[in-house]
Amino acid sequence: MALTLTHYLVLSFILFLVGIAGVLLRRNIIIVLMSLELIFNSVNISLAAFSYFLQNLNGTIFVVFSITIAAAEAAIGLAILVAVYRRRQTAYVDELDEMRG
Amino acid sequence: MEFVFLIPLLPLLGATVNGVIGSKLPKRAVGLIACLVMAAAFVVSICTFYKLMLLPATERSVVVSFFSWIASGSFSVDMAFLIDPLSALMILIVTGVGFLIHVYSTGYMHDDKAYWRYMCYLNLFVFFMLMLVLGSNYLVMFLGWEGVGLCSYLLIGFWYEKKSASDAGKKAFVVNRIGDFGFILGLFLLYWSLSDLGAGSLDYKTVFENIHNIDPAILTIIGLLLFVGAAGKSAQVPLYVWLPDAMEGPTPVSALIHAATMVTAGVYMVARNNALYSLIPHVGNIIASVGIFTALFAATMGLVQNDIKKVLAYSTVSQLGYMFAAVGVGAYGAGVFHLMTHAFFKGLMFLGSGSVIHAMGGEQDMRRMGGLHSHMKITSVTFIIGALAIAGMPPFSGFWSKDEILWEAFEKGHFVIWAVGLLTAGMTAFYMFRQVFMTFTGECRADDHTKHHLHESPSSMTIPLIILAILSAVGGIIGIPLFEEGTAAHQFLNPVFSHGEQELHSEAVHGGLELIMMGVSVAVGLTGIFLASLLYYAPMKKYAPSFWRPEAIASSFKGLHRLLFNKYYIDEIYDYLVVNPIKRFCDWCLSFDLGVIDWFVNFAAWATRLTAWASHKFDIYIVDGLVNSMSTLVTYNSSIWRRLQTGYLQNYALVFVVGVLIIIVRVLLG
Repeated sequence: MALTLTHYLVLSFILFLVGIAGVLLRRNIIIVLMSLELIFNSVNISLAAFSYFLQNLNGTIFVVFSITIAAAEAAIGLAILVAVYRRRQTAYVDELDEMRG
Repeated sequence: MEFVFLIPLLPLLGATVNGVIGSKLPKRAVGLIACLVMAAAFVVSICTFYKLMLLPATERSVVVSFFSWIASGSFSVDMAFLIDPLSALMILIVTGVGFLIHVYSTGYMHDDKAYWRYMCYLNLFVFFMLMLVLGSNYLVMFLGWEGVGLCSYLLIGFWYEKKSASDAGKKAFVVNRIGDFGFILGLFLLYWSLSDLGAGSLDYKTVFENIHNIDPAILTIIGLLLFVGAAGKSAQVPLYVWLPDAMEGPTPVSALIHAATMVTAGVYMVARNNALYSLIPHVGNIIASVGIFTALFAATMGLVQNDIKKVLAYSTVSQLGYMFAAVGVGAYGAGVFHLMTHAFFKGLMFLGSGSVIHAMGGEQDMRRMGGLHSHMKITSVTFIIGALAIAGMPPFSGFWSKDEILWEAFEKGHFVIWAVGLLTAGMTAFYMFRQVFMTFTGECRADDHTKHHLHESPSSMTIPLIILAILSAVGGIIGIPLFEEGTAAHQFLNPVFSHGEQELHSEAVHGGLELIMMGVSVAVGLTGIFLASLLYYAPMKKYAPSFWRPEAIASSFKGLHRLLFNKYYIDEIYDYLVVNPIKRFCDWCLSFDLGVIDWFVNFAAWATRLTAWASHKFDIYIVDGLVNSMSTLVTYNSSIWRRLQTGYLQNYALVFVVGVLIIIVRVLLG
């Protein structure tokens, strides 16, 4: 069975849903950040797949940038996480409710 | 003559220095400053006097103007001094006697804790006194006039911890105010009537040139009002009551202010206004009558006083009466001459009494003195010289001046004044020697402690005594009638009094009659001394008849003695007639104040409080209620809406995802 564009898009969709679910449901910030990476990468997969099947290099170039930005975003997110943990001794989002009205 | 401004300025400088930093300086420095400025002022006065003498007699009236003091419309007053024989003589007396009394004070007041304050006041007094005699217009004179009154008040009440002293100061000030009120009214009237003539001025020169144009009736009132001022300052009946009480002040103050200088300001003022008084001889008669009555009245009270200073005080009032009698009858020269000799011998006697009080440790009652001659020879001898001078014994100064007054009164036809004056002279001799005998002769009646401490005063006190004794002894020389035109004093002073004494020196015949008069007055004086010696001088007492003993006289004239001893109850009468009604009026005012005015004030306060209470309630319930209900509403609202803000990150993400889904669905559905 040859892999078609549809397979990639289904994979991408499943990964996206897993990422959304992780962001919305998990309490640990590390998991949330990892889920965010998952969302990124699902989109990257779809971009790369389109690029391949449509014979257009724009998508591939876009993916390279996107990965770079994701790395930077992860670094910032982890740095914030470390700062928050030092201050509050916790990494659970439901305990970080300072802004509740 | 420009340097004449130094004469009053030096004492002012001394007063300022001592007043500002005196409390920080050592006593020696304070005394030195006070005495040095006085010595310097005296030297300048001598120079001024000398320069004046260099001028021809007719030109001896120099006005030195320094600056324009007040200039308002047509009214203008210069700060200007008039140097003429009268003021030159007065500044010599004030600075000379003043200097001696300053020196004396350094000894007498040495142990006082407020020494610097005393020296400051004393210098300030001299400043004002010099302004008074030097001023070339009535306003400068009035400045000095009020200033000496102030200093007199400050110095009488110098020991203000003592109730009697502060009361005496107040009394002196209030009684003087009555006189000053008359004086200032007189000035107003004078200026007003001169303005009507187009010569509105307070300058002596302008005033005296235009004064004969004023209606005599108005002139009479002016003259009387000015004399009220003079009577207040110079302690004449009925305003004399403050002077005996003024003895509460330190003794050198009594000598300087209440004997030698300030109290003679009234005489000086009348003499200065001779041009005015020569136009209204009937006012002169009133002045002379008041003066001679005061002289007799005060002398009778002096007869029975036991306080060493009170005797001198009544004697001063009496002698001032003499001076007024003289200036009243137009014998201005004689009055001013007596003013000068009186400054010497009465200053001397006050200082002598101060020396006695100093030695007796503050004791003033002559009944507890006696026999002091052996302990303090200088004081005793100088005091006796003063007593001889005031008793009118030749050749001491008082003889010449007193005799001249009596002679001129006689010559001008005022026989009553002459007779009363003669009687007073006898009384003066009597009470002065009563004092001398009680103080310096006989057995010492002091207690042992005081007796043990009896001593002659330090040289700073005895030297002024000696100098004043010499002046009292020989100061009459200028009054000895050696010249064809009258005495040296007359010759010197006449240009000032040329308005007032025209008829006098045209007939200055000093013939046999005057010699007889001199003999009579000496005889009267000797009689007074003799009677006193029979009563109070131990070696003479045995010759006295039985009815002539102090106790015998006191018992046979009980009523009279009590009347004199209680000073004619004048203070009580004044209390009854004036002071108590005023006090009652004040009490009434107080109750009016408390009952009516305070009621209104309290009512207003109550009404204000009521309004404030209402306003407060309005504020709390209405204004604040509105504000608070608004905020409550907002709080309530926000309590609902703020729940949106959960603070959970995942809530927000969920909303976001849901929103994206809705948008996607909308797009897909078309």
